[in-house]
Amino acid sequence: MGRIVLDTVTKSFGESQVIPPLDLTIEDGEFAVFVGPSGCGKSTLLRLIAGLEDTTSGKILIDGDDATQVPPSKRGLAMVFQSYALYPHMSVRKNIAFPMRMAKLDQSEIDARVEAAAKSLNLVDYLEQKPGQLSGGQRQRVAIGRAIVREPAAFLFDEPLSNLDAALRVGMRMEILELHKKLNTTMIYVTHDQVEAMTMADKIVVLRAGHIEQVGSPLELYRAPRNLFVAGFIGSPTMNLMTGAIAAEHDATTIGIRPEHISVSATEGPWKGRVGVSEHLGSDTFFHIHDTGFADAITVRADGEVDFKYGDTIHLTPRADVIHRFDAQGLRIA
Amino acid sequence: MAIVAHTSRFGKISRPILAWAVGLLFFFPIFWMVLTSFKTDADAVKPEFLIFFTPTLENYLNMTENYDYWRFAQNSVITSVFATLFTLAVGIPCAYAMAFNPSRGTKDILMWMLSTKMLPAAAVLYPMTFLTKSLGLFDTHFMIILVLSLINLPIVVWMLFTYFKEIPKDIIEAGKMDGVNTWGEVTEILIPLAWGGIASTALLCFIFCWNEAYWTVRLTTTEAATLSKLIEGNRAPEGLFFGRLSAVSTAAVGPIVVLGWFCQKQLVQGLTFGAVK
Ligand SMILES: Nc1ncnc2c1ncn2[C@@H]1O[C@H](COP(=O)(O)OP(=O)(O)OP(=O)(O)O)[C@@H](O)[C@H]1O
Ligand SMILES: [Mg+2]
Repeated sequence: MGRIVLDTVTKSFGESQVIPPLDLTIEDGEFAVFVGPSGCGKSTLLRLIAGLEDTTSGKILIDGDDATQVPPSKRGLAMVFQSYALYPHMSVRKNIAFPMRMAKLDQSEIDARVEAAAKSLNLVDYLEQKPGQLSGGQRQRVAIGRAIVREPAAFLFDEPLSNLDAALRVGMRMEILELHKKLNTTMIYVTHDQVEAMTMADKIVVLRAGHIEQVGSPLELYRAPRNLFVAGFIGSPTMNLMTGAIAAEHDATTIGIRPEHISVSATEGPWKGRVGVSEHLGSDTFFHIHDTGFADAITVRADGEVDFKYGDTIHLTPRADVIHRFDAQGLRIA
Repeated sequence: MAIVAHTSRFGKISRPILAWAVGLLFFFPIFWMVLTSFKTDADAVKPEFLIFFTPTLENYLNMTENYDYWRFAQNSVITSVFATLFTLAVGIPCAYAMAFNPSRGTKDILMWMLSTKMLPAAAVLYPMTFLTKSLGLFDTHFMIILVLSLINLPIVVWMLFTYFKEIPKDIIEAGKMDGVNTWGEVTEILIPLAWGGIASTALLCFIFCWNEAYWTVRLTTTEAATLSKLIEGNRAPEGLFFGRLSAVSTAAVGPIVVLGWFCQKQLVQGLTFGAVK
């Protein structure tokens, strides 16, 4: 069980309030991702839940019990750190066994669980080595192993993959998701990478300066961003945002349209522009279009087969039914 | 390129020479002392017996017969060992708290602790003597252990603090998440990780205690008198008995030199303040 409720939680470091009053519920078994720009308070929020930081005010409930004053060691949560934070003086086996030894489990039970974890994480051959002898990916596996063996109420991850190279990151992402499906335990995952957030989350919590900008499933956020910040943050490449006359036409201050919702043609379309640089991904190509009469260049996604050269003239047609409209405060107009 | 190669070749030759020169410079007085300890008092002051003389064990025999070297040595061991243990028992939690749960005042406290070392010991000689005597603690092991602990505590805390600072905070926090209480954080994580640093700190503290002379000489007479007191006692009253004095001194520094020899690695690490990981 691992239902976590934050009830008007705040956090200040000295004079500066990093987390203004914040309410959030993470349901049992949910995969929640905190995402936001650097310094927005993601780690602080996670550490508040972990108990590694004290709340300035407000309450934290874990499975209905007030855990606000409970020390981290008694909250029954496991954490995986960005730096892995393995115990360098212990072998992999001892690292994984450590939380169980602290919980005073039977040695036979400990051995059994270490073996099982090592098997599922491909660490069997490394059990007697020290963390210093392992690669980044293996260390991360050990950290995850150490977290799973004690069967916590929830897992907390703070950017666990950001020290890994791109290919390994994708692999580990899948492994963590697999783990979540298998264990069905609450997981809270912090990242500044919106792709990670989109691909992993059941529920995304978008943070800015300690505020929750929006909470929802990846597709909810993608399809109906509540404000300009979320619209600009979720989605890659980012949504095209336009102001001025074109927005006024739609009774809005700002309109947004995603790159895949604009079709391209050599000859016809309401908007006209000049092709700038293009990014070929093979399956898709992203064109950056200039001189359209809008303030910023427009990004469009086209099929990988479509061929335009730098400097070509291009015509664009936006899909009218998926245009996002925002008012003067930057809030979505329904 | 040529210049670089030249300097490095020059460095290759000159550095060892320099190192040996400095080493010999520091070693010479000890060598001299050991040499003199095998001369008779009469020979010791004669220039013609500078290097070539008839060695004798007289001084050493004299020492164990007349002065009971072993009792002084025993007192030195007792006071140094217990003072070191006590200093660590206080210093480790103290440095731990300051390294991992610093508050706004932590830096000031560290500075203040160090500043107590700036007070000249002579300034508190009278109050200390008065206090110890009126409390009935003069010439007791307890008093010497306490004094040795207190004068070394600032340095010990500083050294330990520096070592503990090198341990990533994440590892301690991982420990907390893994269900370790404060005691466990210290015994399961901190001490094993900072073992090298703690050992070198302990060793240095022990050496300082062993060699301490100002207080051990002044706050003892017989019961708790250490080897420092023995050396001091051989100095004045009977004039310049260099041979005997050297023998006593050699016997006093001997154990610590042997200890230092065996713990060279730790010591160097402690003095260069590094490489915990
Ligand atoms: N111990 C601390 N003392 C003072 N300020 C802090 C402390 N920890 C964090 N902060 C401040 O709180 C804010 C949020 O920090 P936090 O580490 O939670 O950001 P983050 O969203 O995790 O950023 P990143 O993506 O860079 O990890 C920052 O402005 C930071 O300077
Ligand atoms: Mg962070």
